[in-house]
Amino acid sequence: MKKDGHKIDQVIDCRKLSCPLPVLKVKNAINQMEIGMILEMIATDPGSVKDIPAWVKQTGQELMETAHEDGHFMFLIKKLR
Amino acid sequence: MSVTDQDIKYIEKIVEEKVRKVLSERKKRMALIASKGTLDMAYPPLILATTAAAMDIECSIFFTFYGLDIINKNKNKNLKVPSLANPAMPIPLPNIIGALPGMTSMATMMMKSWMSKVNVPSITELLDISKETGVKLIACQMTMDVMGIKKEDLIDGVEVCGAAGFLEFAAEADITLFV
Repeated sequence: MKKDGHKIDQVIDCRKLSCPLPVLKVKNAINQMEIGMILEMIATDPGSVKDIPAWVKQTGQELMETAHEDGHFMFLIKKLR
Repeated sequence: MSVTDQDIKYIEKIVEEKVRKVLSERKKRMALIASKGTLDMAYPPLILATTAAAMDIECSIFFTFYGLDIINKNKNKNLKVPSLANPAMPIPLPNIIGALPGMTSMATMMMKSWMSKVNVPSITELLDISKETGVKLIACQMTMDVMGIKKEDLIDGVEVCGAAGFLEFAAEADITLFV
């Protein structure tokens, strides 16, 4: 799958999940990926707007893109380590 | 051969770099104390701990006094929300009504239904996630003795120790919270 020129390696759906599940699912998914791969996550939890960037910063990954549409939040995360 | 100021500055620089490297490589740590046995007070330490683990923060929870109920396998599926002396209930209850029989179960049922509506994991699910992600669950030896709780009453994977054992971990913690 391609999005804005990025090749997406994995997509996880965290819609309708509340804190702390979106962060935990992202962590799980990233754990199983290889360095350089890109994860797309979709959530409806408005808390994830702050939580995902915080998680990315703390764990040393890269947040490539975020988007907000119809109450859905999309994050593109690149695994750096 | 004498030591010059320049040599000292050079050594200081190397030491400073080494210290900075060690500090930045060290994992952050969080030490939590869970001291309450009600459903509403069981959530915060478990949510924080599982999230910390996902953020590569090393975490221990010390369960003490009524907090032991959270890891007591005979009790942790039936933690309750107090209806009495709880002015923060979404539907405010005068204490005299909160004291009526059945009100505690009602408050508990209400909270459980809100939590499941927004897909917050249950206490037992959060405990499972904690163990899977390496959160250390520690039961307080002294309160187990006081309250007559045996190691077999606790869920698997729990360590038992006293205040000193927990403080050894907490002394190196970046975050310490009492719940």
